[in-house]
Amino acid sequence: MYPQVIFENRKPNRIATIDEYRQSGGYQALTMALQKYSPKEVQQVVIDANLQGRGGAGFPAGLKWKSVADNFPFPRYIISNIDEYEPGTFKDRVMTHTDPHMIIEGMIIAGYAVSGEKGIIFVRPSYENSALILEREIRIAREAGYLGKHILGSNFSFDLVVHRSGGRYICGEGTAQINAIQGKRPHPVQSPIRSTERGLWDKPTVLNNMETLVNVPHIVRHGAEWFKGLAKTKTSAGTKLYCVSGRVNRPGCFELPMGVRLGEIIDEYAGGMLPGHEFKTCLPGGASTYYLQKKFYDVEMDFDSLKKAANRLGTGAIIVFDQKTCLVGATLNLLDFFVRESCGFCTPCREALPFIRDLVRRIEEGEGKEEFIPMIRRMSQHTWKSYCAFSPGATMPVTSLLDNFPEEVHEHISQRKCPFKGRQ
Amino acid sequence: MLHEELLNTLRSQIARAVSPREMTIDVMFALQNHYGYLSDEALEEGARLLSMTPLELEELATFYDFIYREPVGRYVIHICDGVVCWMNGYESVMDYLSKKLGIKPGETTVDGLFTLLPTACIGYCDLSPAMLINGRAYGPLTPGKIDDILNRLRAEAPRPRMAR
Repeated sequence: MYPQVIFENRKPNRIATIDEYRQSGGYQALTMALQKYSPKEVQQVVIDANLQGRGGAGFPAGLKWKSVADNFPFPRYIISNIDEYEPGTFKDRVMTHTDPHMIIEGMIIAGYAVSGEKGIIFVRPSYENSALILEREIRIAREAGYLGKHILGSNFSFDLVVHRSGGRYICGEGTAQINAIQGKRPHPVQSPIRSTERGLWDKPTVLNNMETLVNVPHIVRHGAEWFKGLAKTKTSAGTKLYCVSGRVNRPGCFELPMGVRLGEIIDEYAGGMLPGHEFKTCLPGGASTYYLQKKFYDVEMDFDSLKKAANRLGTGAIIVFDQKTCLVGATLNLLDFFVRESCGFCTPCREALPFIRDLVRRIEEGEGKEEFIPMIRRMSQHTWKSYCAFSPGATMPVTSLLDNFPEEVHEHISQRKCPFKGRQ
Repeated sequence: MLHEELLNTLRSQIARAVSPREMTIDVMFALQNHYGYLSDEALEEGARLLSMTPLELEELATFYDFIYREPVGRYVIHICDGVVCWMNGYESVMDYLSKKLGIKPGETTVDGLFTLLPTACIGYCDLSPAMLINGRAYGPLTPGKIDDILNRLRAEAPRPRMAR
């Protein structure tokens, strides 16, 4: 068993209380930060700890905070979310049902690090329970003096609110989320000005993934070297919440060292493949990553190692496919999702994704032609000209299907049917 | 008209917001809970509260999955059609529910109790195949489990809110 940091207080079917969180050292980091460290020092320890953003891009959280320059205006905002619409991802939900005060403390310290005054937690409708839990625990934290004016007798004042979403994948994109919170149509904004300079209500705004933030109190308490030591690989740091779903015996969310091998996660923690099912591939970090070739079964699951394997860690949500599952069918399902969830604002995404989806559907239904393959590749290239990263992300499964599993596509075309239909 | 109490609550929330529009989703959800869905009347009422035109609010109402612009049943069943649920039998869950309820996806039962909607990944991939009914998640679904859930909801249901 590896050290449990984020899940230290995880209990079957119960949420940790504020007292249990405090007994495990909770809110000590906030006290330390307010009494001993300047905001700049908090930024520095998080930079030293190499805390990479857990939402997918892996951008160092401390550097993001540092980009809020001293002369930027006030008020400043921190936004985090329990929105995780990325198929396969459910770690934020598990976190809110495990130790909600770790989230609250992480957000307060992040607020302190950028001299923010308000934090907003953006919650999707299917996680209404998480919204209610957080609202209740935020009240408890406020009564305990961790939120509000002059926190723990310091000069720092900060408060947290829950903001409910109407439910859309695109709201997970940073600039779209800022639009959503302001009650505007939530489409991404292509702007040379970063959100850290001009974001929510045109004020400096830091968006951090919730899993990124829960690591902050531990880094402040135990230091950068300790945090780096948690990881298995040199270029990564900390632990990671890996969500495993699909054809495994024990789907779930596991806290393991960053850089643990994929095979170990699937075999040891997710209980291995279902009886009679054999590993074919996985999407290693949610739907917007590439189908992984079997030769990378033992890849170290961190940002750099997956990049070297021409893939992405994404959200660390591992969707496992077996040899009986048709990857053309799976890709069609994913494209249906992306087409439906495209906000429709910019042309490459709005037009290219349905075009690709229709070609893949024809292949799946036995009406495919070999000439579709270069057409899909060309259309996928166009999505890189979209406003946001979600659109090229949407084409990652289909391009990796063509690259890594071409025989499955050719079989569909030559047999003029889905070879998996009726095989199970 | 809305209950005065609810209207006053919404007005005071809007007054506290940085800008009225910040409250758009909360107002739409509150109206939807009150009317059963976001009717044209509710939309106009919401727009007035938020100092927006009905068209501006409509633009947002139709953007989001969980705002219902058409009448729905007392229980709205959102069946996850994400890739994990697809792999784990989404289609048979949808077929089973359609058969049991006698409706197609997008329709509402004649007694006004159930609406069936396919929905983008709801984030319960560890409980796949999964569905969400009035905010509560259920899974992994089997025909037996679905029967139990439907029977329980039927027994719990007060008089249908919008029998048609």
